Amino acid sequence: MRLLAPALALTFLLPGALQAAEPPPDAQIAALAERIRALEANAQMLQSQAAEALAAAQAAQAELQRMKTAQPDPAVAEVSVTAKAGDVTAAANQFNPSIALILNGSYVNHSKDPLDYRRAGFPLVGEGGPSANGLRLGESELSFAANIDDKLYGQLTVAMESEDGETHVGIEEAYIETTALPGGFIARGGRFYSNIGYLNSHHPHTDYFSDRPLAYQAFLGNQYGDDGVQLRWIAPTDAYLEIGTEAFRGENAPAAGAAHGGVGAKTFFVHAGGDVGSNNSWLAGASILHADARDGEDGFSGRSNLFLFDFTWKWAPHGAFKDSGIVLRSEAFIDDRKGVVIDPQDPLALAQSWEGKRRGAYVEGLYRFSRSWDVGYRYDRLWAASSGPYASDHDPQRHSIAATWHNSEFSLLRLQLARDEPQAHFLDNVFTLQYQVSLGAHGAHKF
Amino acid sequence: MRKLLLWMIVLLGVLAAPVEAKLRVFACEPEWGSLLEELAADTIDVDVATNALQDVHVVEARPSLIAKMRKADLLVCSGAQLEIGWLPQLLRQAGNARVTSAAGNFMAANQVTTLDRPASVDRAAGDVHPDGNPHVQLDPYRVLAIARALSARLGELDAANAAIYQQRFDDFESRWQAAITRWEIKAAPLKGKAVVVHHSAWIYLLQWLGMREIGSLEPKPGVPPTSAHLSSLIDVTKAGGAVAIISAAYQDSKPDEWLAGRTGVPALVLPFTVGGDEQAKDLFGLYDSTIDRLLGALK
Repeated sequence: MRLLAPALALTFLLPGALQAAEPPPDAQIAALAERIRALEANAQMLQSQAAEALAAAQAAQAELQRMKTAQPDPAVAEVSVTAKAGDVTAAANQFNPSIALILNGSYVNHSKDPLDYRRAGFPLVGEGGPSANGLRLGESELSFAANIDDKLYGQLTVAMESEDGETHVGIEEAYIETTALPGGFIARGGRFYSNIGYLNSHHPHTDYFSDRPLAYQAFLGNQYGDDGVQLRWIAPTDAYLEIGTEAFRGENAPAAGAAHGGVGAKTFFVHAGGDVGSNNSWLAGASILHADARDGEDGFSGRSNLFLFDFTWKWAPHGAFKDSGIVLRSEAFIDDRKGVVIDPQDPLALAQSWEGKRRGAYVEGLYRFSRSWDVGYRYDRLWAASSGPYASDHDPQRHSIAATWHNSEFSLLRLQLARDEPQAHFLDNVFTLQYQVSLGAHGAHKF
Repeated sequence: MRKLLLWMIVLLGVLAAPVEAKLRVFACEPEWGSLLEELAADTIDVDVATNALQDVHVVEARPSLIAKMRKADLLVCSGAQLEIGWLPQLLRQAGNARVTSAAGNFMAANQVTTLDRPASVDRAAGDVHPDGNPHVQLDPYRVLAIARALSARLGELDAANAAIYQQRFDDFESRWQAAITRWEIKAAPLKGKAVVVHHSAWIYLLQWLGMREIGSLEPKPGVPPTSAHLSSLIDVTKAGGAVAIISAAYQDSKPDEWLAGRTGVPALVLPFTVGGDEQAKDLFGLYDSTIDRLLGALK
């Protein structure tokens, strides 16, 4: 490079110099000498220019290196404040709405045919039955969520499932929620899972087991959600206190038939929680679901009050649950009903009036011993009514253990063994191997 | 019955109406809690959501945090999606419009230029942040720029005390500048030295001190170290002449020790944020401790 520039210059300049050398010898020589001096000067200048250019390039490179490695001048950082404002909006738009996809599948083996499965005292409602045998794609969940504007947030969760070769697409949740009401109030409208109990408002992909507790299956058809409105209030207290109420259309179990002009179910719930030291946190709640049913799936028509009590305790060293910790959780259900029952299998049968209570509960513990592994145990129990159309001497119960391996926070593989005794002399040993992954936006999970 | 409950709610709301006192600030990380102490110790109340022994990427949206968020007038976090796994949930559950956007929402990473902005966001590359590396607290120049913006924000939200905030910032700035000079002189022997890191959280510190990162224990950001990847790091660590294998106080240091045992390069636990060790009681102590520990590895 350094030599090339003057060489090139000489090749271009020399022929011209020689052509011009016509006049008498002396003058010619003098002129030539003059020329050569000029050329030399020229060459020297080009050489120094090339050297300068090279030095400048090296300096620029060095400066670039410095800029890469050195801290920015505070002034530079300050300038970026204004520059960043635009960037932030751009980034927000890029991920608006945030899209999350949950995929899961499983292999399930029941020792008893799921078609023979009956739960003593608790007719199967909603999706509360056992899973099918064999390899199976679970519910795929696609959700879109974003702030709509400065006052509203919106979310849509669509569930896709194929059953007997048919693909069902259902709207699990589609709601809007306020983000800017004063005084700690939050209002929600659309279709959503009720905030009663603990697990009910959580999507199944955050569960510690591959299926819901028996009480959820028996009383809520796995999970209670419907079209409705919700208002909740967070108290400005040191401890967490949330009070709220909901009104639902009343189409899904335990409600049915959208009674009361399409406002067939109401709820009221209180949740409280806090920390004990830096290692422990707790959350407790009491809720009631008041539902009217007209020709429900289980043949029931009348009113029902379902009381739920939930309690969660989490222990983790320094509150860092990611690497290790213990979760203890329990929920208790009391189902108080008054109405009539007509056997749904036999519409001509006589209606039997029924007033009575049934109960259910579960206790579960999860031990996370590393970032990748956790093991859990759950005990389920239902207490059937002693009289009336659902009367049973047998109380269904189930033991489940699960071991889950998390490759990252976005993927898990779970092995679950369950010993389910839904009726007398019917013991179903269930082996489940499940995978579950989440793609797309980071889902921020509730406690 | 229902009516009674409704009235009770209304009554509770009236009784609990906030008595306007000090500005309440919710700080996501201890470093910002400490900075707020420097900038406004007597005029604000600060709740710090996490501690140095927690991984702020994956904090749980605990009920106590919702309660704190509910009462906050200002939210101060690192931003750049560091808290994306829990902060949006807290905001949605707390029902506090003051901190969801605008003046009550202060993100530190938005006040400075971030490094490591990925060209594409693909989970196959691990837990990458599209807004760049959010761990900005270990570059003192960036901290100063953030402090300046934060002080202005405090003055904007609490105009009555604006003069105090300005004065406290000026005081902080002069002490901080002096400390930077001190740290830079002290840390001169670290220049050009190589380290192996646990998580890619040290880029700002290493760049400031002119150090080099030659490997990371996590095969991809946020993916736990695997034995195969650790084995591959043995040669890198030895050949690269690493002076230390560094991890943050909240991280499991077993993989670091494993690698240290096989290479003879010391595993070094740095506080990473305020409260990460005895010495890191505040931002100044955090830098003192970090530099002391790094220098200790040279011996």
